[in-house]
Amino acid sequence: MRPDKLIRIAMRSIARTKMRSMLTALGIIIGVGAVIVMVAIGHGAKSRIEQSIQNLGTNMVVITPGTSASGGVSRGAGSFNRLTTDDAEKLQRESMLLSEVTPVIMTFSRVRGGGGNWRAPIYGVAPNFQDIRDWGMASGQFIGAADLRARRKVCVLGATVAENLFPEQDPVGQEVILRGVPFDVIGVLEDKGQTADGSDQDDMVIAPWTTIQDRLAGRQFIAQILGSAWSPDDVEAAMDEAAAIMRESHELGDWEEDDFTVRNQADLAEAATGTTEVMTLLLAAIAGISLLVGGIGIMNIMLVSVTERTREIGIRMAIGARPGDVLTQFLVEAVVLSVLGGLLGVGLGYAGSWVVDYLTGWPTVIDATTVALALGFSASVGIFFGFWPARKAAALSPIDALRFE
Amino acid sequence: MNERDVIRIEGLTRTYVMGTNQVHALAGIDLTVSAGEMVAVMGASGSGKSTLMNMIGCLDQPTSGSYELDGEQVADLGRNRLADLRNRRLGFVFQGFNLLSRTSAQENVELPLLYDRSGRGGDSASRARRALERVGLGDRTGHLPNELSGGQQQRVAIARALVTEPSLLLADEPTGNLDTRTSIEVLALFQELNDQGLTVVMVTHEKEIARYAKRIVELRDGLIVRDVPVHDRGHAAADLGRIMEGAA
Repeated sequence: MRPDKLIRIAMRSIARTKMRSMLTALGIIIGVGAVIVMVAIGHGAKSRIEQSIQNLGTNMVVITPGTSASGGVSRGAGSFNRLTTDDAEKLQRESMLLSEVTPVIMTFSRVRGGGGNWRAPIYGVAPNFQDIRDWGMASGQFIGAADLRARRKVCVLGATVAENLFPEQDPVGQEVILRGVPFDVIGVLEDKGQTADGSDQDDMVIAPWTTIQDRLAGRQFIAQILGSAWSPDDVEAAMDEAAAIMRESHELGDWEEDDFTVRNQADLAEAATGTTEVMTLLLAAIAGISLLVGGIGIMNIMLVSVTERTREIGIRMAIGARPGDVLTQFLVEAVVLSVLGGLLGVGLGYAGSWVVDYLTGWPTVIDATTVALALGFSASVGIFFGFWPARKAAALSPIDALRFE
Repeated sequence: MNERDVIRIEGLTRTYVMGTNQVHALAGIDLTVSAGEMVAVMGASGSGKSTLMNMIGCLDQPTSGSYELDGEQVADLGRNRLADLRNRRLGFVFQGFNLLSRTSAQENVELPLLYDRSGRGGDSASRARRALERVGLGDRTGHLPNELSGGQQQRVAIARALVTEPSLLLADEPTGNLDTRTSIEVLALFQELNDQGLTVVMVTHEKEIARYAKRIVELRDGLIVRDVPVHDRGHAAADLGRIMEGAA
């Protein structure tokens, strides 16, 4: 039979029992809607992470102590470490591909000032930290070369710290006390928001690393070295060059592994988005199960419908429907139901994603692939779960079907 | 064989196996119906008339014997060929009307055309409307079965049987669910269609209905025991006129 006739027959049957058809399709509607919302949340999280990594500055190279692949060799406590300010100075001097290099010394301290009290990480860095991280000022200025050389007790506040200690006034020109040492506030950084893993980038205080080493942290090793390649194209080469300089600086022999790790933003992004991909997959799988349950719902109703419509099947056969026509009719009904359900589900998914976005502020991203996949899957569910009831209908004998009360 | 024979049945038997028992529903039937005939098949319940009806209607296959419908051998055809035969050559009218509920009269009548694969195209909607006009329901095309009286429903069923222009109209107790007046109305329609050349075979157990046919075939225990022409044939339209007068 011609497909347009088939679809017409199926649509008429569905239209005859609108309420029931709606309820039958509800499982699919919810299933598809759930898949789309879940994947939209997952993709939203991923794009947010990618964006926040982009915020770090695209040319950035990060060197951290410790090897990424230790090869099963455990380095005992007190083994030779790793990153020093000398490494950072050597990199700045010798690297051709890194335009800027700064050590990052990290310590924690209570920050007192403006009559308040706040505990925050303290970063000791060089003035070029601002360029490497591409971070603007909200007010005042960043630490300068003279501050670094003279080990001046000056600091720059992150937006969160500034807000908490000096809610009513500009902190620039005020004084904060870190572990009993008074620092002059010379600037406040721009608000940069959360990082990929949800920590607040603005919750920190920045000071010259020389001052921090002298006054707060002592001559301990540094948390990381940040560098900035001249251009994004140079990043890979710059990483190799930095690794070579670091090996030289640490006087590592050929047989020794790196005792540091060099990463770029792509690596950071990969690590961060890897987690969200797993999360997205998991959410989609759970939503997919509800789609499957929706399919079973369709099979259930179609089976009931075949029994209930036995007489109708008998009439159709008596006036000339082939068994194949009956099979196709019920199959098409199931597929039309599930595809209609799928389409409504896509609508529900869009609405749901918007609501999630509106209520929680999580960005949601719906891509065409997800929509196509969800629709395709719901059609397959219709075919798969519609087949058995349809075959049952087609196998009926017209005489018995006509006699059915 | 005569080309004008619509039905040609020879030595037809149908045996059902129920457990260890064999039931001979039809024990050897010979029957020929020519074009333009109007035959009433009579018999008590269990006489085999329903089984014969199923055979003629291509709904069932004989155990032995031969059946030619419109010159085409029916025995040994597969389910699909049988379905096509029913669609093209036969029009069914049932006791219980058997219309699809929640489906307009016109859509019910269109139904057989949807399964027509002979390519005899045409606009199925207008063909359905014409068929409804032919049974006097041209003004009821959009009505649902539950909005129609029993007689009107049966006329929709007749229109559905006619819409494919079949060689044979097959009616199974067509008046079983109808009152006397409506029954005669339906018979008047059958007679009118028969006068236009349509071959009609109807199963009935009512003598008053059978006398509107041209020929009566009576079955008992799976055999034809009587096959006679009707001499004092009733004229349904005239009878209907008398009933109307009496009521007035």
